[in-house]
Amino acid sequence: MSVTPATLRHSAEALSAGLPPLLVGAEHLANSALPGAHGRRRAGAGVEFWQFRPAGASDSATRIDWRRSARSDEHFIRETEWQAARAVTLWVDGGAAMGFSGHRRRPRKGDRARLLAMALALLLLRGGERVGLARADLAPRAGRAQATTLALALAEAAAGMDEHAAPDLSATPAGGHAVLFSDFLGGLEPVEDAMRIAAERNLRGMLVQVLDPVEESFPYDGRTRFESMSGHLSFETLRAGDLRAAYRDRLAERKDRLAVLARSGGWQFTTLHTDSAPSAGLLWLWHALGGGWRR
Amino acid sequence: MLTIGTLGFTAPMILAALAALPVLWWLLRAVPPAPVLRRFPGIVLLLGLREKDPESQRTPWWLLALRVGAVAALILALAGPVLNPRQVEPGEGPLLVVMDASWASARDWPRRVERVAQAVSEARRTGRPVAVVSLAAPPAEGPVFRSGDYWQERLSALIPEPFAPPAALPGWLDDLPLGVETLWISDGLARDGRQALLRALQARGPVSVFEPAAPVLALMPAGFEGGAVTLTARRAGHDLGQAELMLQAMGRDPTGTERALARAPLVFAPGATTAEAAMVLPPELRNRITRFQIEGARGAGSISLTDDSLQRRKVALLTVRDATEALALLSPLHYIRQALEPTAELIEGTSLDDLLLAAPDVIVLADHPGLTEDESLALQGWVDAGGLLLRFAGPRLASAGGTPTTGALSGLGGDPLLPVQLRAGGRTVGGAMSWGAPRSLAPFREGTPFAGLAVPEDVEIRAQVLAQPGPDLARRSIAELSDGTPLVTRRALGDGQVVLFHVTANAEWSNLPLSGLFVSMLERLAVSTRGALPEPAELAGTSWQIVERMDGFGLLHRAADRPAVSGTLLAEALVDGRTGPDLLPGLYAAREQRVALNATGPQTRLQATDWPAGVTVETGLARPEMPLAGYLLALAALALMADVLATLALGGRLVRAAAVIGALALLPVPPAQADDGPIDPRILQATESVVLAHVVSGEARVDEIARAGLQGLSDALWRRTSVEPAAPMAVNPETDDLAVFPFLYWPVIETSPIPSPEAYTRLNRYLRSGGLILFDTRDAEIARLTTGTTPAARRLQAIAAGLDVPPLEPVPSDHVLTRTFYLLGDFPGRHTGATVWVEASPPDAVRAEGMPFRNLNDGVTPVVIGAHDWAAAWAVDPSGMPMLQVGRGMTGERQREMALRFGINLVMHVLSGNYKSDQVHVPALLERLGQ
Repeated sequence: MSVTPATLRHSAEALSAGLPPLLVGAEHLANSALPGAHGRRRAGAGVEFWQFRPAGASDSATRIDWRRSARSDEHFIRETEWQAARAVTLWVDGGAAMGFSGHRRRPRKGDRARLLAMALALLLLRGGERVGLARADLAPRAGRAQATTLALALAEAAAGMDEHAAPDLSATPAGGHAVLFSDFLGGLEPVEDAMRIAAERNLRGMLVQVLDPVEESFPYDGRTRFESMSGHLSFETLRAGDLRAAYRDRLAERKDRLAVLARSGGWQFTTLHTDSAPSAGLLWLWHALGGGWRR
Repeated sequence: MLTIGTLGFTAPMILAALAALPVLWWLLRAVPPAPVLRRFPGIVLLLGLREKDPESQRTPWWLLALRVGAVAALILALAGPVLNPRQVEPGEGPLLVVMDASWASARDWPRRVERVAQAVSEARRTGRPVAVVSLAAPPAEGPVFRSGDYWQERLSALIPEPFAPPAALPGWLDDLPLGVETLWISDGLARDGRQALLRALQARGPVSVFEPAAPVLALMPAGFEGGAVTLTARRAGHDLGQAELMLQAMGRDPTGTERALARAPLVFAPGATTAEAAMVLPPELRNRITRFQIEGARGAGSISLTDDSLQRRKVALLTVRDATEALALLSPLHYIRQALEPTAELIEGTSLDDLLLAAPDVIVLADHPGLTEDESLALQGWVDAGGLLLRFAGPRLASAGGTPTTGALSGLGGDPLLPVQLRAGGRTVGGAMSWGAPRSLAPFREGTPFAGLAVPEDVEIRAQVLAQPGPDLARRSIAELSDGTPLVTRRALGDGQVVLFHVTANAEWSNLPLSGLFVSMLERLAVSTRGALPEPAELAGTSWQIVERMDGFGLLHRAADRPAVSGTLLAEALVDGRTGPDLLPGLYAAREQRVALNATGPQTRLQATDWPAGVTVETGLARPEMPLAGYLLALAALALMADVLATLALGGRLVRAAAVIGALALLPVPPAQADDGPIDPRILQATESVVLAHVVSGEARVDEIARAGLQGLSDALWRRTSVEPAAPMAVNPETDDLAVFPFLYWPVIETSPIPSPEAYTRLNRYLRSGGLILFDTRDAEIARLTTGTTPAARRLQAIAAGLDVPPLEPVPSDHVLTRTFYLLGDFPGRHTGATVWVEASPPDAVRAEGMPFRNLNDGVTPVVIGAHDWAAAWAVDPSGMPMLQVGRGMTGERQREMALRFGINLVMHVLSGNYKSDQVHVPALLERLGQ
């Protein structure tokens, strides 16, 4: 799957077309400063009617609802419900490791991650949320136009030189959500750093690990020289088959650490595989995001 | 050459390379197999992991051993290893190689040639001139002394001859210079003149003999006694122990493949020089045998070709369809049967088709003029392909002159199955009403097949059929009476021939069949075959052409280009087995007879050679030199292949390679297609119940009435009887299979099509297998009043000409048709009064005691012929009402009812046969039950 913006958006649209728009639970957006489409069960800026209240001396005359006031002797002010949209920040690992595919019929991990991210972005945008990338120049915004911008930016980010990129959540609006896509097979320090920043900024979110089945099963045997995708690292063994059990143990340990890391920040962690259908992964993401917010 | 025990090396210097093997071991040990390069993102997780067995970083020892072993095998192979190397002392002077090259050398010819090659190559090394001479086929210009190279190229062209070398000393012996060393490649048989030759050669130089010790085997010609084929094998050799051999009878099986048709063990007792084996074989198999051979033995001596003495011709006798149990001695075929039974295989049948299927060599027609056109054509085809048709005259052939039913062809047009045209009638001489005395036979002329047979005085011909005089008559006549009229005429037809005896085959017209001459004549005509070797006197004056010759190895070759040989020479050779370049062993033919001349005759005695003490005899028993380089090279290649697999396995790539190979092996194979033709669904339907059928006439109205009539008859059967027919069908004998229909109604009109030969074959098979056809000309024979035949009746004659219709008679009043279901007196249809014909009852049927009908037991009449337009009387419309009017008023209805009753009787007759006729026996059965 090539990653031109047009195809990425097209396939993401196709993937997200079947899901209803995502309406996020409101209670977690209490601290969000910006108004949006979510009623906050209190009077404030919004379009939905909330209540009429008697006008006080401090209220300006322009705010008086004359139609309601005409029915009685007092003056009333029409208050609307305070509504807020949510900001969701997406991050897709653009490192060389994400360019791996264990079989020529399976997509590369990076492609799958970008597809899922874009589909999630489309769903959120359709629900009126604000979506952005973890970059300073791509702050969360709402609207269909943002989808095109995101698609362009995601496709751009496809080429990376380093083995793994580090998530940078410093530009994320506080109190929003973050979804991080990576294989998390590199060093864990950048992830831990990002989690620390997220905790400081009161971010919630998900760690989504995208793996190729080969990375799970390690089906190699015989004398093998392994090289990292960028070619910086290499490792040689005479009997790859002997390492299988140890590798699996280490991978399971890595997953456990990631899960613990996510739980400690109130985040969620999952592992998606490139050989399963992307819609299943998207479904999980949608439920996790919606369910988490409703909690 | 370096020798170690029984092992020698031709290039021992190369063995020094073996010293480099430890270096190779060390080198290989240091270099592990190349790794596979893989990109893998999870490498961080792998860092620091260790394999379970750190030792395996080095190449495994067994892989090292495999590689070093392969290299060692290669070095050893290049060093030229030889097992049992031969140590020879070089001789001096020219070398003369004398080969017996007879059939007895063929058994191990390659060893002899190998020995010659060895001698030649030794001579080439030492630069001695060599000459190779075959005693059986001596070169015209004597031995040619040339360099070893010259002879080495020509060694493969040496072949053994199928005969023994001549006894006389070869002429080139005088020109042989002194100081010639001789190597004699002996075949192991003692012969006259051998000692003299040995002395002459020894006078010129040393003589050594190469003679393999295996005994010489020879198979004598096969004999045939008392139903068993007996074979005698002889042997000669110095060490005669117990030997168990297997004898094979070779021949072509029915598919034409040559194979062993029978086997028999052949056991030589210790010290015995002869062994016998007997085979009892069915004639069918025996006729197929072309030769006997000893299994595993090679050479012309161990093969015995067979000829006529084993053959039994297959003679088919066409018996007349005749229910009479006439006296056996009056049967036209009785004497032929008697004459041929001991020497030929007889088949009898009433149907020519069946006989032709048995592929006989000879077909005998005794006074059988009436062949249908199809049969005649089939018979002509068979004769053309090489058959012998033997015909005998008789009253029927004699009277066949003018009447069309018995073959107008024979009299005037020229029956191709008669050698000469016959005059109608024949003549009787010496009877009570004639003047002349019975005629005797004239002596047989030279050039006829019977030449040389003595004519007995007492053979008399009382009657004969006469040939039309013609230019060919004298040429075609091969035996005459004393007045010059032909007795036997013969004519070639294609590859075969037609022979006519102008008298009967029984004693009615002459007493020729009673005489021994009759048997001899049949034998001369190759109807029967002789049982033993021909006497020299019998072969005198004849000339024989060799058809197939046998070479020294016993293989047969076409030899039609050889000149013919005289019978006298052949007869002598047959007895004493003296063959030569002019009289090659093989198969000789003259006219229809074949004689096999084998490499050894019945009187050939084999005797082992007895060399004088001074001659060194090399028996070749020492184990032969065996070069081992090839085996070692193969071993090295195998080891390297194993190395490839092992390396793949170590590198983890074996599974993928195996998967690729497996995928290639599992390429889809197209499924074999069954080629059963589709079955007509109508025919399939007809097999499910009884179906009445009519033959299409080609005219729509007639076919419609026939169909409606059969529908009416089917309805009546359903209502009144337990026969429950399905809807009737129209059939076309050209295309449909008739066998499923029990009954066919065939309305014949003026324009009815004449069936094709295939349709006739089908119809005849139908009639013979028990079907019944009701022919209906639908015209009430109105023309009988004007003493002529109607057009439909003429058409019926034309149609029936090709059918196998038996003699007919009007339905007798006691015919079973009158009582199979209803008791009937006549058989009306829409018309009435015409004659209805059925198969004639046997003339000897007698009225059963106490019964109103005769004792007629067998056979359903295959045809019923009438003109009553039955279908019109039976016909019903779709509502079940009569379709056509019959007669007037109640009388007409009565007639329709009678027509239906006839139809029911007819169907019952077809389905239950002569069951009702068997009621003759009811009183007897009841009486038996009472006891």
